[in-house]
This record gives sequence, structure tokens and C-alpha cells, in this order.
Amino acid sequence: MDRTWNNKAWFMVLPVLLLVAFSAVIPLMTVVNYSVQDTFGNNVFFWAGSEWFEEILHSDRFWEAMGRNLVFSAVILVIEIPLGIFIALNMPKKGWGVPVCLVLMALPLLIPWNVVGTIWQVFGRVDIGLLGYSLRSLGFDYNYVNDPFDAWVTVIVMDVWHWTSLVVLLCYAGLVSIPDAYYQAAKIDGASRWAIFRYIQLPKMNRVLLIAVLLRFMDSFMIYTEPFVVTGGGPGNTTTFLSIDLVKLAIGEFNLGEAAAMSIVYFLIIMLLSWVFYTVMTAYDAER
Amino acid sequence: MARIDCNHIRHAYGPHPKSDKDFALKEVHHAFEDGGAYALLGPSGCGKTTLLNIISGLLYPSHGELLFDGKDVTNLSTQERNIAQVFQFPVIYDTMTVYDNLAFPLRNRGVPEPDVDRKVRETLEMTGLADMAKKKARGLTADQKQKISLGRGLVRSDVNAILFDEPLTVIDPHMKWVLRSQLKQLHRRFGFTMVYVTHDQTEALTFAENVVVMYEGEIVQIGSPAELFERPKHTFVGYFIGSPGMNVMPVEVEGRSARLGSQTIELPGVPKAGTAGAIELGIRPEYVRLGASGMPVSIRKVEDIGRHKVVRASFEGRDIAAIVGEDEDIPADPRIAFDPAGINLYADSWRVEMGG
Amino acid sequence: MLELRNVTKTVGAAEHIRDVSLTLQHGSLNVLLGPTLSGKTSLMRLMAGLDVPTSGSVWFDGKDVTGVPVQKRNVAMVYQQFINYPAMTVYENIASPLRVAGVEQAKVDREVRNAAALLKLTPFLDRTPLSLSGGQQQRTALARAIVKNASLVLLDEPLANLDYKLREELRAELPRIFAATGTIFVYATTEPHEALLLGGNTATLSEGRITQFGPTIEVFRRPNDLVTAKTFADPPLNTIVLKKSGSSFLLDGGVSLPVPAELAGIADTSYTIGFQPHHLSFTRPSPSAVPVRAKVSVTEITGSESFVHLDFADVRWVMLEHGILAFEPDQTIEVFIDPRHIMVFDANGRSAAPPQTLAA
Repeated sequence: MDRTWNNKAWFMVLPVLLLVAFSAVIPLMTVVNYSVQDTFGNNVFFWAGSEWFEEILHSDRFWEAMGRNLVFSAVILVIEIPLGIFIALNMPKKGWGVPVCLVLMALPLLIPWNVVGTIWQVFGRVDIGLLGYSLRSLGFDYNYVNDPFDAWVTVIVMDVWHWTSLVVLLCYAGLVSIPDAYYQAAKIDGASRWAIFRYIQLPKMNRVLLIAVLLRFMDSFMIYTEPFVVTGGGPGNTTTFLSIDLVKLAIGEFNLGEAAAMSIVYFLIIMLLSWVFYTVMTAYDAER
Repeated sequence: MARIDCNHIRHAYGPHPKSDKDFALKEVHHAFEDGGAYALLGPSGCGKTTLLNIISGLLYPSHGELLFDGKDVTNLSTQERNIAQVFQFPVIYDTMTVYDNLAFPLRNRGVPEPDVDRKVRETLEMTGLADMAKKKARGLTADQKQKISLGRGLVRSDVNAILFDEPLTVIDPHMKWVLRSQLKQLHRRFGFTMVYVTHDQTEALTFAENVVVMYEGEIVQIGSPAELFERPKHTFVGYFIGSPGMNVMPVEVEGRSARLGSQTIELPGVPKAGTAGAIELGIRPEYVRLGASGMPVSIRKVEDIGRHKVVRASFEGRDIAAIVGEDEDIPADPRIAFDPAGINLYADSWRVEMGG
Repeated sequence: MLELRNVTKTVGAAEHIRDVSLTLQHGSLNVLLGPTLSGKTSLMRLMAGLDVPTSGSVWFDGKDVTGVPVQKRNVAMVYQQFINYPAMTVYENIASPLRVAGVEQAKVDREVRNAAALLKLTPFLDRTPLSLSGGQQQRTALARAIVKNASLVLLDEPLANLDYKLREELRAELPRIFAATGTIFVYATTEPHEALLLGGNTATLSEGRITQFGPTIEVFRRPNDLVTAKTFADPPLNTIVLKKSGSSFLLDGGVSLPVPAELAGIADTSYTIGFQPHHLSFTRPSPSAVPVRAKVSVTEITGSESFVHLDFADVRWVMLEHGILAFEPDQTIEVFIDPRHIMVFDANGRSAAPPQTLAA
């Protein structure tokens, strides 16, 4: 088309482009830059090529952390998605209960990450924490500082407590958009509670569920603050996720090149997995 | 199929109704005969949907009882009443095929699969959906979706009544004709008890043998289309049915004649009841003859709507509408005459019989 | 004057509007008539500037306005849904476009009161829209569109969500309201009946194409093609395919319709004959009327009229008669086709009658 009317529009988006360039593209390029060079921090760089990447991909430490991440995300999704749906289904659809439930649900989402970590760190302590002390008193041998299993349980419970609300709110939004006539028709057709869920509620929710799964996956795969605050990656390395390891590598060991290579691999993995989720779920959606 | 009795049913949406105006449904006492085709016709807020929801069990009435074939069902749930309902907007299970949609109500009730298959196939034939049985329901057009909704009701042999809540709202005009005539054929062949709620007079009159006209929470007239057209019991019925509605004008009655301004109109008979109070003469535009003789009018506007013309005129200072045939001409010095067969008399808005 | 020149709109692979050219005059009422998805809304969006055509151009008063966004075009729209500001009074709702334009208070007041009087809203000016009936809510939206004094007012099925009777009342008033302004009105509807009541001009739409544009009653009486005739018929148009042989249209079943004089010269081949339901009658309408025997399927009675659905050969017809005609289903009856009122279409669906020169 030979019209000039919309060329001005490009100028309008220029500030945003610049902002994105400074905040995302340039740091990313810096990371790429580090990942192919070796430096000791004195602004002297040596070309390293793909060396760092090879080292990362051959390191057990990386793959172990990666395994922990995958297990963690899987557990989170398996718990939070059904639990979120279940809570959303049981929330009131009208009356005074609606705002009460919504506020209760939104509360955990309003608390900063590190505060959540701190809360649970204290909550779970066996000497002064309500949870830790109670479990101890009940005869459980609970100690997230020494026991890897207890540490995992603590981190998972904390994440479920923090993020299930998001799934609930998304599902609830999907549920309330279903017209009443559907429920009336289902009653008339003699549908069971399960049939209503399976053939009306679930199909009507599947778009928001897609968003919920994607968000929860990406977020849980990038988990950092909470385990960092609560367990610091321990005991041993048992709760050292990729993100924690990355920080250890970069800040703790000042291994900038390797850390840069690792963050690029990390980034690519998240992209790839998100894309797989998205494609699988939209393909399923389209096929129906 | 069943006979449905509404025994003195009243309904208020608020918790403590005091006066009449708190009731969405003031009092309905009426029987829907087994196998009848009924329409509930009225403007929004007249209580027709409230009544339908009471019959279907989506709403429990504040007073009165509901009987199906003499059995009290007032407190039964929707499932237990065995009714079918078609809603304004198509309700379909969009992840299922057309076949599975129809099978759904049967499978929910644990009907053995061979019987399900037989009934579903029958219903597919009945509704003309047979060639799309294997299709996913979501890809279909609005009229096909409404047929699925209807089919889910027809498929059950134990259905007491089929209820329709403005089912043609989202259907294009051409498809309305097709669906309506199919519905009528289904009714004739299988004799379902059908109750059809609508604000559209054409739909109500063409569908039903008996039309129940409702206004402000009450039934104002029940009758065949012809009765409602020719002998509206209330001026509201005269106005609401017919397009344009009935011409209603205040008159003074003396014996067999009515005076309107300087004109005297011969009545078909002498009013039987007293003619005190506000007396009005009602005549439908179809019975107003426009020609060279009669009472003078001045024409304000002629609407040519193809198959006939609607003439809007001024008669003794009041608006009057007349219908003129497609090929008839409008005279230069227009005059009107009233066909005696179409004259009705109203005292305080209710029709007065005339005799002799 | 609004002019669309060879406008096409494609979205993805779907062609929503196909090569539409249309000229609308100031002070005219133009109906877009067509079924759901025929392109009425798409066309209005192009006229308003909410969408940009894929190809072709839009002109307003001799200026190319293609791509000029809606904010700069002085356009008003009324939708099927009643769209008002719920927290404002009816007065403020109507005044809102004037407030945005920074009109002085005295003039705002005058214009609002005028529009309210025109739409019979004067008693409700202090109420909020949600406390009004559907009809009054839509009147408020209409008043707002009118007070804006837009050069183009687009109404997208504005009466579809109203009760039948309210629709009838508002429909009767609309031409008068439209005539009171010098604006171009465009009114989309699916109902042929509504187009006829509104009068003005009508453009029939089918699958994104305008099949005919002209004075409403002309398009109704003399459609250029079969698609237009079908779009503009409610009850549906009756059709039958007949073979012309000399001075008659013939069907094997024994029907023989005389060829109208002005069509005497057309070739001897197959034609689709179309006629409106009220031109099929139970009593002989004229000596030249042709009797056919058809089987009754369903009879619908409205009190003033009867619609008799008939099966003839392999087609379904509807007969519209005044009064009450009750027939038993499956009964065979004799009905009459009036050759003075038939429309003849060739194999391509074009009218075989000499083209009408219509002043659009």
C-alpha cells in the first residue's frame, strides 16, 4: 500500500522500543557476550567460543539442578491446578461471599516474594515456628534445615500457599462467565455434578487454564527467592534449583562466563517448554 | 406427556411481598391440556418467563401449586419433573458431537446403550440432523444448535412437556419460517405438550392453538389466534396483537350508535352491560375501509410494506391506521368506513358484549 | 456524500467484504439488509473508519478518508446492545458528546432538550439508564447519536433486542427522526419487513457483496437477481424451475405459465420463477391466474392472515392469505399463481426482465 497515514505510528512506539532495548536487549547481549568469553573482572576478555556451553552441558551439577527444577514444576502443576479448580468450583457465585473469597484469595498474591520466604522460614522453625513446633509436638520428626524431604515439602507447601490463589482467580473468572442457561439445561438433562464439570465447566475454562498452566510453569521453573530465603538451597544441594545455582556460580564463585552460558541455556529451556505447553494445549483446543 | 395445572400460582421475587405490585406473577390459575400447543405472549416484565420457570422447576412459586397429570410437583426438582426446555440462546455441549449431545440426557439416566442408539437415531431423523450426527456441535449454525437443544428434549420418551423460552431470538428470518413449520409438524405428529414463551405475536399466533396473553403479572386473555384477533377481551390485547395494533378511540354510546366528535358510528348491536365509565370503540386497521364514501379523514402517511399498505390518517383529531391492499389506490378525497364485523366496544378497557 | 469505491476487506483467508461500491447522499436513510454474517457489520465498520479496507477507498464529500480513524470522522453509532453510561442521568448521557466537544452550556441544554423531545425522553431526563425500559434505554442511545450532529450515523440492528411491539413503535418513529436531521443514516437489519417499514434506500447484502442498491420498494418489487429477491422476502420467496417453450413456461407436472409480454423475446431454456407468498392465492386473483395443485404441509394462522406451507413437486412454498384458512395436513388443494407478479431469473440467477434504471 502506498499510503503514508500510518507511518507516524512508528514514531509513537519508538520510546517503548528504546526502553525495551535498554532494559532487555542490551543486557541480554551482554550476557551473550560474557558467555563466549573469559574474564577475570578487570575488563580483560579472552575468546572462549563454545567452551562454557560445553562445560555446562557436561556438568552433573547443572543436570542435577535441572532435574530438581523439572520435578519441582511438575509437582507444583499437579497440585496447584486441580486444587485451584477445586477451590474455584466451590467458591460462591453471588452474594456477600464473593468479595470475601476474592479478597482472601488475593491476599497471598499481594505479599512480596522474600516476605513469603521469611514468613515460612520462621513458621517452619522447630524452636519458635508455629508449624515446626506443632509438628514436633505431634511427634513428627520435622526439620527442614536437616532433612531434604522436609525441606522440599516446606518449599512446595509454601509455593502452593502462595500461588494456588492465582489459579483459583483465573478459573473463577472462567466459571462466572458461563451463562446460567447452561446449568439449567444440564439440570433438565439430568447431568451429574461430574458431567457438568466435564462437559460444561471444563470446556468453558480451558482458555484460562492454558494461561494458568503457562504462568505457573514458567514461574515455578524460575523459582528463586523463596527457597533461597528458607533453605538457602540446602540441606546440601537438595533444594538448589537452577536459579540458585546460577547465582552461586556468578556471584559466589564469580564465574561469569559459565554463569552467562548457563543463563542462556536456562532461558532457552523455559522458552522451549512453554512453547511445547502452548502448542499442545492450543492444538487440543483447536481439534475439539 | 402430561396435563399441567397451575393452581392459584403467585410469585414474588422479594422475600416479603405486601401489595399486589410486589408480585411478578399476580395469580395464574390455568390448565395446560395434555398434548396442547400453548404460547405465553406478552411484553418484557409481564411474568411469562417467571411462569415458565415455575413450570420447569427452575423457580418455586411463593403461593399455589403445580400439578402434572394431577400429581403435585410443586416441590420437585427440575430433574424429577421430566421436562425439556429450549432456551433463548442455544445451549449445547460444544465438546461433544451432535449424536453425543442427544445421547447425553439418556446416558445421564443410565439408559442401556442399544436403547440410547435407537432413540438418538429416531430423534436425529425427526429433527433433520441425521447427516451431521458425527460433527462437533460447536461448529454448527444457530438454527442447527437450537435443533440440538430441542432434540435433547425429544429424545426422552418420559418427557412431560417441552418448554420454549423465546427460542427463535437468534435465528435469521428465513430460518425462523423453516424451524417454526418443523416445530408445528413435530407437534402434530407426536402430540407433545408444548409451552412457548415469546414477545413476538407472529411466533405466538402461528405456533399455538391457544395463546395466553399476559400483562403485568396476569393473564388477560386465553384464546385461539382468531379470537384474539377478532374479539380482544382487553384493549391491551387489541394493541399487543396485530400490526399495527387495534385503533382505540373514546366514544359516547347511545343505543345502537356511538358518537365520536361530529361522527356517528353504527354499532353491530346494543351493548349488553351498562355503558357508564370510559367507553372506547376498538377497530383493527384491517376492518377500516378506505374509499370514496364514509367519514372524512386526512392522510398523514402511507407505508408501503410490499404485500399491503399501512395508511396513517387523522380522524376527528385522532390517529387512525388502515390497511389497504397492494394494488388498491389511495383516493384523492379519502373517507373511511368501519366494517361492523370488526367493531368492539370497551368499558374501562374490558370488552362489552353487544346483542340484538 | 459518503462513497465507497471498490472496497474489499479480507481478514486472514476470509473475505468479509467483496468489491463494494456504494454512494450515500446526505439526508438519506439507507438500509443494509442481509442475513447474519452477510457483511453488514463489517461494512459499517469500514464506513465508520473502525477498520481500514484491504483495497479500495472511502470518500467523504469529495475527500479521500480511507484510513482516517473514527475519532476524526464525526461518526455516531448505535448498537444492538443498549450502550449508555450507567452512572450518568439520561440528560448527561445525551449531553456527553457535546461536553466532549466543549459546547457551551446554553447550547448543550437546548440541543439535549430538543433531542429528548424528539425521542419522547423528556420525562426521564433525571433518571439513570438502568432504571428505564429497554426501549427507553435505546432511545437514549439514539438521542446521543443524534445530538452529536454527526455527518454519518450508523445503526447496527438497533431494535433487535427490543420487544416486538416496542420495535414496531420505534420503527414507525425513526423515519421522522431521521428526516429531522440532514445526516446520512445507515441502518443494518436482518428483517425484510423492517426495511420496508423504514423505506428510504436499501442495499441487499449476500456473502459480503452488495447485490442491489436502490429505493427500498423498488428493490423489493424489481430485484435484479434471485439472491436479492430471496434476501428481500419474508416469508421466504417461492421459487420453481420451469422450461420456457414459446409463449409458456412449462413443468412436466402439467403447469403452464404464460410468459409475460415484456419477456417474449428471451431464449427458450430453463428459468427460475420466483413469486412472493402473497402472490400465491387460494381464490383466483385474475382471469389469467394459473391453477396448480399442491399438498398442504402446515398451516399457521395469525388471526388476520394464514400462512399455508405447501409442497409442490420438489419445492416448498408458502401461501399468504388474508383471513383464516384451515386445511388438514396432507390435503391437496388448488392454488393460483398470478403471472402478473412473477419474477423470472436465468440460469445465472440474473433477472430476465430488462434492467431497471434506478435512481440511487
